[in-house]
Amino acid sequence: MAGQTLYDKLWSQHLVKERDDGTALIYIDRQLLHEVTSPQAFEGLRLAGRKPWRLDANLATPDHNVPTTVIERAEGNAGIKDPVSLIQVQTLDDNCEAFGIEEFRINDARQGIVHVVGPEQGATLPGMTVVCGDSHTATHGAFAALAHGIGTSEVEHVLATQCLLAQKMKNMQVRVEGKLGTGVTAKDIVLAVIGRIGTAGGTGYAIEFAGSAIRDLSMEGRMTVCNMAIEAGARVGLIGVDDTTIEYLRERPFAPTAEQWDAAVADWRHLVSDDDAAFDKVVELDAATIEPQVSWGTSPEMVTGISGEVPDPAAAPDETVQRSYTRALEYMGLAPKQKITDIRLDKVFIGSCTNSRIEDLREAARVAKGKKVADSIKLAMVVPGSGLVKRQAEAEGLDKIFTEAGFEWREPGCSMCLAMNADKLGTGEHCASTSNRNFEGRQGYGGRTHLVSPAMAAAAAIAGHFVDVRSIDDSQPSVQEA
Amino acid sequence: MQKFERLEGLVAPLDRANVDTDLIIPKQFLKSIKRTGFGVNLFDELRYLDEGQPGQDCSKRPLNPDFVLNQARYQGASVLLTRRNFGCGSSREHAPWALEDFGFRVVIAPSFADIFYNNAFKNGILLIPLPEETVDRLFKEVEASEGYRLDVDLENQRVITPSGEILEFEVDAFRKHCLLEGLDDIGLTLKDEEAIRAFEEKHRQARPWLFRDTAQA
Ligand code: SF4
Repeated sequence: MAGQTLYDKLWSQHLVKERDDGTALIYIDRQLLHEVTSPQAFEGLRLAGRKPWRLDANLATPDHNVPTTVIERAEGNAGIKDPVSLIQVQTLDDNCEAFGIEEFRINDARQGIVHVVGPEQGATLPGMTVVCGDSHTATHGAFAALAHGIGTSEVEHVLATQCLLAQKMKNMQVRVEGKLGTGVTAKDIVLAVIGRIGTAGGTGYAIEFAGSAIRDLSMEGRMTVCNMAIEAGARVGLIGVDDTTIEYLRERPFAPTAEQWDAAVADWRHLVSDDDAAFDKVVELDAATIEPQVSWGTSPEMVTGISGEVPDPAAAPDETVQRSYTRALEYMGLAPKQKITDIRLDKVFIGSCTNSRIEDLREAARVAKGKKVADSIKLAMVVPGSGLVKRQAEAEGLDKIFTEAGFEWREPGCSMCLAMNADKLGTGEHCASTSNRNFEGRQGYGGRTHLVSPAMAAAAAIAGHFVDVRSIDDSQPSVQEA
Repeated sequence: MQKFERLEGLVAPLDRANVDTDLIIPKQFLKSIKRTGFGVNLFDELRYLDEGQPGQDCSKRPLNPDFVLNQARYQGASVLLTRRNFGCGSSREHAPWALEDFGFRVVIAPSFADIFYNNAFKNGILLIPLPEETVDRLFKEVEASEGYRLDVDLENQRVITPSGEILEFEVDAFRKHCLLEGLDDIGLTLKDEEAIRAFEEKHRQARPWLFRDTAQA
């Protein structure tokens, strides 16, 4: 019999019950909560007179709606100027208080984007099932945790029963072998994968990322890769446990200690796919051929290398694709065959659960150091993923590098990743963004998003248009290699 | 949850692939702490010519005359016909809430994104995957004849076209059962309370570090 994949192992370790029709009840170890997808779930519990099954499995923090300027944040919740956003954040506070759920509130140093906070606290551990009412929960799979986004009814279901109704996914392995070029990062790997398999390529699959290029990544880089599994259509992205995983978790606040740590580590070592495990699908990429990536369209699969150009819809493989290319170019205000390096930018956003961790900020700061943001850029902002990331960056002097170069240095939150707070694009504005979605209107009504790595975003801020970060930065090794 | 047995309804065609949940219901409307009232903002950016704000009176906003749901012939539609990978992107359940609140109970497409698929069924919306060629043909039929209606029969898993053609579809047995009976998932799961408790105890013994209340201080 073939061995088991990592996903198979995690699945069977959490299987409570399987019904004849293939639907299963799986046990959930951790639920992360934020203000946008939880109010209706708490309301549902109340209406049905139910209580949370297990309080210590939950951890909450507001992130989507919180303002990110220093002045607004100084006032705490009162600094949230939009009354509807304020109600949502307050509702989270009230619900956590009423039900007894631990929450990192707006000005707690540990507050931040849930997907940055969970791992940073060690609240995400290998071998866990992790859910959150947010599709980028895939991020936590970097720790060999079975993690995926769920809807609000499911948030309520997990609160009430500690279980989720699920169906087993198929297994896909994405192998990236070889060494990444200088200036090429985890973000470029995952954008290249999405460009290859498409935004529906992973639908129905759990994707395990493997190969030497993945092993060489730090935990921050691995989280970036797993984060965007959902943009490839997969709810789950996974990476097996190794020393990098274990070292990252040592002494995190929620991680086990003493003998329990040793027992946990011994258990975690098994959280890899067996050598003879069978995958339903395998995709291979050569790391050395991956260029820094830039998305040109309104879907993350509409992406190309920095030396590339915007495609010509006339050359599209079929009619549906042709129509979507035409529509995307129209929305993005781009011409067929326009060179990527000719795309001029209005704003730059470095942040989001994809790229707001300390390593991301270091990468961007290294490019920005001693340079100036181009005059044509209306706003370049850096939004750390959590209060602790912010503190660390300040201890390293990164905030100074950014502000001296002309970037705004902000308070932690989702910010312009989805523009639920005041940070938005105006109609027609082009933005180099380290976030994960370039959908129409995502960063503001009529806004035009280009997805890139932190280093590429910083380089674009300085040039005012996209440039190959390798051409200005080839003297230094990338952080993964350091 | 609302039951779903059989529906005979007007079909509206949305000729677009990869419709994401941001497009179904833009983020500014996610600030609501309620489950209802999202219908007026369904496809907000396609439907209106201005930028919508939460809580605004939508009856006074300028409609986009080119958008299909604004056309007179599709008023009252309850079946949405669309293209592949419908519902991709964010996990927001506000997307099915908006579709349902607007009046859609059925969506037909060649494929659906995973999280949306779950969310839709939990809100009494039936998603019907049909082959790409069939969907193509339905688009042509809908556009060619005003007042085009489909008869959707969940019990027998078939869609009947006006010409009497029968299109069979797949739906998983558990979801079908829940839809037909209008069952609440949580109530069903809690029937397995003992099995969950037993699992939890075993799990706690094997991996105590997963439980903060028993983990070492
Ligand atoms: S940073 Fe963006 S993608 Fe991540 S959780 Fe926040 S809104 Fe979602």
